[in-house]
Amino acid sequence: MNATSLYDALRHMADSWGLLAMAVLFVAFAAWPFRPGARENNEAAAKMIFRDDDHGE
Amino acid sequence: MESVVARAAVWLAVLFIAIMASAVAVDSAFAIHMVIVALAAFIALVATLRGANYSAKAVASPHDPSRYDDDPIRWGMIATVFWGMAGFLAGLYIALELAFPVLNFGEYINFGRLRPLHTSAVIFAFGGNALIATSYYVVQRTCRARLAFPGLARFVFWGYQLFIVLAATGYLLGVTQGKEYAEPEWYVDWWLTIVWVSYLLVFVGTLVKRAEPHIYVANWFYLAFIMTVAMLHLVNNIDIPVSWVGSKSYPLWAGVQGALVQWWYGHNAVGFFLTAGFLAMMYYFVPKQAGRPVYSYRLSIIHFWALIFLYIWAGPHHLHYTALPDWAQTLGMVFSVMLWMPSWGGMINGLMTLNGAWDKVRTDPIIRMMVMALAFYGMSTFEGPVMSIKTVNSLSHYTDWTIGHVHSGALGWNGMITFACVYYLVPRLWNRERMYSLRMINWHFWTATIGIVFYASSMWVAGITQGLMWREYGADGYLVNTFAETVAALHPMYILRAFGGLLYLSGAVIMTANVWLTIAGRLRIEEPLRSAPHDAAADRPLVATPAV
Repeated sequence: MNATSLYDALRHMADSWGLLAMAVLFVAFAAWPFRPGARENNEAAAKMIFRDDDHGE
Repeated sequence: MESVVARAAVWLAVLFIAIMASAVAVDSAFAIHMVIVALAAFIALVATLRGANYSAKAVASPHDPSRYDDDPIRWGMIATVFWGMAGFLAGLYIALELAFPVLNFGEYINFGRLRPLHTSAVIFAFGGNALIATSYYVVQRTCRARLAFPGLARFVFWGYQLFIVLAATGYLLGVTQGKEYAEPEWYVDWWLTIVWVSYLLVFVGTLVKRAEPHIYVANWFYLAFIMTVAMLHLVNNIDIPVSWVGSKSYPLWAGVQGALVQWWYGHNAVGFFLTAGFLAMMYYFVPKQAGRPVYSYRLSIIHFWALIFLYIWAGPHHLHYTALPDWAQTLGMVFSVMLWMPSWGGMINGLMTLNGAWDKVRTDPIIRMMVMALAFYGMSTFEGPVMSIKTVNSLSHYTDWTIGHVHSGALGWNGMITFACVYYLVPRLWNRERMYSLRMINWHFWTATIGIVFYASSMWVAGITQGLMWREYGADGYLVNTFAETVAALHPMYILRAFGGLLYLSGAVIMTANVWLTIAGRLRIEEPLRSAPHDAAADRPLVATPAV
């Protein structure tokens, strides 16, 4: 495989399946904290930094 | 005991190799650098041997598992303040060199050599030490676990300082790859790689041994920062040394490919070093100082993924109207504009954390600094996408507008959030009630803020003046202005910029004094920033007085 056809193959991969995979992954990651029942986890996670004393000793 | 012997043997080997490399070096800069390495190895050797527990007495272990490992964080705070002063001072000097070229005397401290020293000192030395120190602090507190690999954690700190010293002395000696923000030569790059992988091991090791089930979002940003910087550094520094005992190397990629790799590196150094890493600070220290949880944890997760997925594509906007293919330029522009959304999501998330605690902006100068940092994060992440649009870029590129943009982000966002973290951490790390003086923090806040205003506004005017003068054609189709005329037109703006830098440096001097006196254990007796005084004379009912 010469350099041009390698470039073409990678370019087509990036334009199609690569782009789709990135889009699906991004939507899945961004939607994850909105899944049913996640509210409590989010609130607990946001407050976890206050569970120790001020300096965290 | 065996480990002491093994570690001492490693340092001794490094010492010998460095001395031999210095003796056979093909250029004097490499020889000087190897002497510095030999000195560092000698100090490490002495420290290793002196620190050993020879009599094997049961002394109290310095690594008490029930306490957090804060020593490297304390050193990191001092290093942050020290390198900040060095970097700001170098910045002020090169600003004066631009305004008064007569200051460019000698080959070692001319603008061309001091400029990378300034950028590396503020980004990698000041910012990098703040990132390493705060990440060690945050990862321990949020994982409720002591730092993993304590020896390696100390190596990361000292190894990073050696990297800074080698880089900075190299610039003054004229050793450079000529790549912006990636100036250090091949052997310094290799050293940084070792240090950075050790840093990753310490950080991930601490995450692995965490006692908390959830990994707090600040750690996601720190981890993205460490991993991405490792990747960027490795790819952009694939160089072939001319000699194994010389300071010169050539990159594997040439021409436009090299330029794209460099700006993929350069822009993501901004994105992951100066943005993701400092956002990690924001997501821990702003809620802690405000005493309120982050406004929306969900938004912080979307902020994280959107930043990670978008930032990495934005680099080509540094190469508009160059030999880079047009589609790549457009891609860089489109992703830069999209990046505006996660940036503002993050800014809103940080600012809204103060919902219900806005009074603290008036009473707490640390909160005030954090709010100003977030405001500048918002402003510079709005300005950046605007400047990445090709038509705007045709005016702004290569002008001082870019310099102004960088500094509103660096001085406003990175500087202010770092100062706030220093003020948060120093009293806690040295077990003091509070900083020596809260009023000095307030003075620092105002000198820094007014300094940034001078800097950014003078560079806007300078940049737009430059851009318009460069592109001005006369009726006969010739360019109207010579380059020297544009330089003369900018002179007043350069003086105003240097004045802004002087104010910013003055604020840092106040911080240094404040940190110094706090560590020394002093506490300034002072009036609180705001009180509600009782006016006894006014505190009575109005009585109708009969007309005379």
